[in-house]
Amino acid sequence: MDEALAPPKGTIGPVAWLRGNLFSGPVNGLVTLMLSAALVWVALQVGGWAVSEARWNVVTDNLRVFLIGRYPGDLAWRIWLSLAIPSVLAGLSAGAYGRTTRMLAVTLSAVQALIAVLIATSPIGILGVLAYSANAAAVWVAFVIGLRGLIPRRVLTAAWLVSLPTCFILIAGFTGTPLASVGTNDWGGLLLTVLLATVGIVLSFPLGVLLALGRRSTLPVVRILSTGYIELIRGVPLVTILFMADLILPLFLPAEWRLDRVARAMGGITLFSAAYVAENVRGGLQSIPTGQVEAAQALGLTGVQTNISIVLPQALRAVIPANVGLFISLLKDTTLVSIIGLLELLSVGRAVLAQPDSLGARMEVYVFVAAVFFVLCYAMSQASYRVERALGVGTR
Amino acid sequence: MDRLETDAAETAGSDGIIIARDVHKWFGQLHVLRGIDLTVTTGEVVVIFGASGSGKSTFIRTINRLEEHQRGQIIVDGIELTNDIRNIAAVRSEIGMVFQSFNLFPHLTALQNITLAPRKVRGYPKADADAVGMKLLERVGIPEQAHKYPAQLSGGQQQRVAIARALAMNPKIMLFDEPTSALDPEMISEVLDVMKGLAGEAGMTMICVTHEMGFARAVANRMVFFDHGQIVEQGPPSQIFEAPTHERTKQFLSQILH
Repeated sequence: MDEALAPPKGTIGPVAWLRGNLFSGPVNGLVTLMLSAALVWVALQVGGWAVSEARWNVVTDNLRVFLIGRYPGDLAWRIWLSLAIPSVLAGLSAGAYGRTTRMLAVTLSAVQALIAVLIATSPIGILGVLAYSANAAAVWVAFVIGLRGLIPRRVLTAAWLVSLPTCFILIAGFTGTPLASVGTNDWGGLLLTVLLATVGIVLSFPLGVLLALGRRSTLPVVRILSTGYIELIRGVPLVTILFMADLILPLFLPAEWRLDRVARAMGGITLFSAAYVAENVRGGLQSIPTGQVEAAQALGLTGVQTNISIVLPQALRAVIPANVGLFISLLKDTTLVSIIGLLELLSVGRAVLAQPDSLGARMEVYVFVAAVFFVLCYAMSQASYRVERALGVGTR
Repeated sequence: MDRLETDAAETAGSDGIIIARDVHKWFGQLHVLRGIDLTVTTGEVVVIFGASGSGKSTFIRTINRLEEHQRGQIIVDGIELTNDIRNIAAVRSEIGMVFQSFNLFPHLTALQNITLAPRKVRGYPKADADAVGMKLLERVGIPEQAHKYPAQLSGGQQQRVAIARALAMNPKIMLFDEPTSALDPEMISEVLDVMKGLAGEAGMTMICVTHEMGFARAVANRMVFFDHGQIVEQGPPSQIFEAPTHERTKQFLSQILH
């Protein structure tokens, strides 16, 4: 009996799986059949509605507003260009670093290709289709360049750091320059939603990590301030913070300091989210055994070196699932900025519905808005699974 | 630092590389070290043994300041351990430590575990640090595991990586805190062999908390018996095994030697 034997017949394979999981007895078989019938019926109904009844032209006719709000149509090239920056960078990174960044590149390319297809159905024009297709393709051109290792990693990291402010400047512009200023009151739709979420995520993460470290600091002042901040913010709803940022903050600031509305909303979302990031990260910090710190100390590493090289890499890795969950809800919470009068994706939808042309098209608009949010959130959660797997969360 | 070293040397009045004088330590109300006096000379291998809770681990952890002592004096290679953070750093750079639970960094490969401190603390370039790291992995007998993560290694291999990591800073002294207690029986000897090599050829000053009496008999210059936070008895292995003078020592030895 030296050689390994094959498992008995009928214990592996699709038929065995069906028998084991769906038809393991008469009752289970019946339930399986009934539920399948119900699912098929629902799918047929929804599909039938989407294909024959739904008036999708309410979405395609207003696509520009859904995408960029009241941002001037003839300046839309600035948005295309600012999207080209992360597209190229993601492609280059995917080539140079591989693994986790590839998901980002694939997502950026796929989403922009999808937008190109949407625009093709709308009256926006061929230029938009070409621009988004070009961006989607640029990802892969950059990927090939990145694979060749032509761009040093340090340059790439630096480029990522300046990319967000560059995009921001490109979209906002300056008065009196060729790059005419576009007031943030005109920003809207998907553009505003994505900007609010991106800025919120990118800024609240480092702030949250610092707060988490502060809360565990041995210096009482730092600890008390961090803890106080976290507890205060967590005790207040986001809506309240947005109101505070919009109405109350300007009262205390000198007139020349007045930030515009979108910046205030970004600030509010960032400050809110940072407190939650901090608590997630603190959970990760607590999960690191004291032996890790002792081993680092015994080797002569300083406190800062220990945190940067030993504690944070392990702690942050452990809290990826929790943080991505947080960022997904942050993305959806950006819809709350409608209460301070900003027109993000959902409020654009409501504005479109207020037009007489759109009468009776509520379902179409809300389904479209929901689908856009679903695509964004699903991409984020898939990216997080990829990152977890690449970093070996739970296996090492 | 110079002044401090001469001061310490004067007060020491001995050529010990580790001098502990009347060391006391409390955990809250609990008096865990009750006046430890111990001098270890260069190249000496000292085995500390005793029942769990007798303060032996706590004591060796005070030597590199993982635990703070609250009374008495500890002088390592002429540097006294005080709250002065520079002294602590100086002492730690001369001492390598190996833990019962290995404490390898799970997010780094075996080689990265070893090269971390040379690179961060000493500022070695990557290539130099890697060369040193590979040499150390060869010394502990597992160069082929260099690019594996700790979770992919057996317990014995992990502990050998931990020893290599401690050696990477080129320490004068090695502290071993029950290095084989968490290992499966068949892996104990591979770790002990590395330790024997260190004591023999390298002439390393070593303090080992261990109950491996075979190892102690073969390698130790001196054995020290801890009981209730005090040193009850010490001497060369032959004397401790064949003619222990103290009743507690006899009792303890008879328990662990069956």
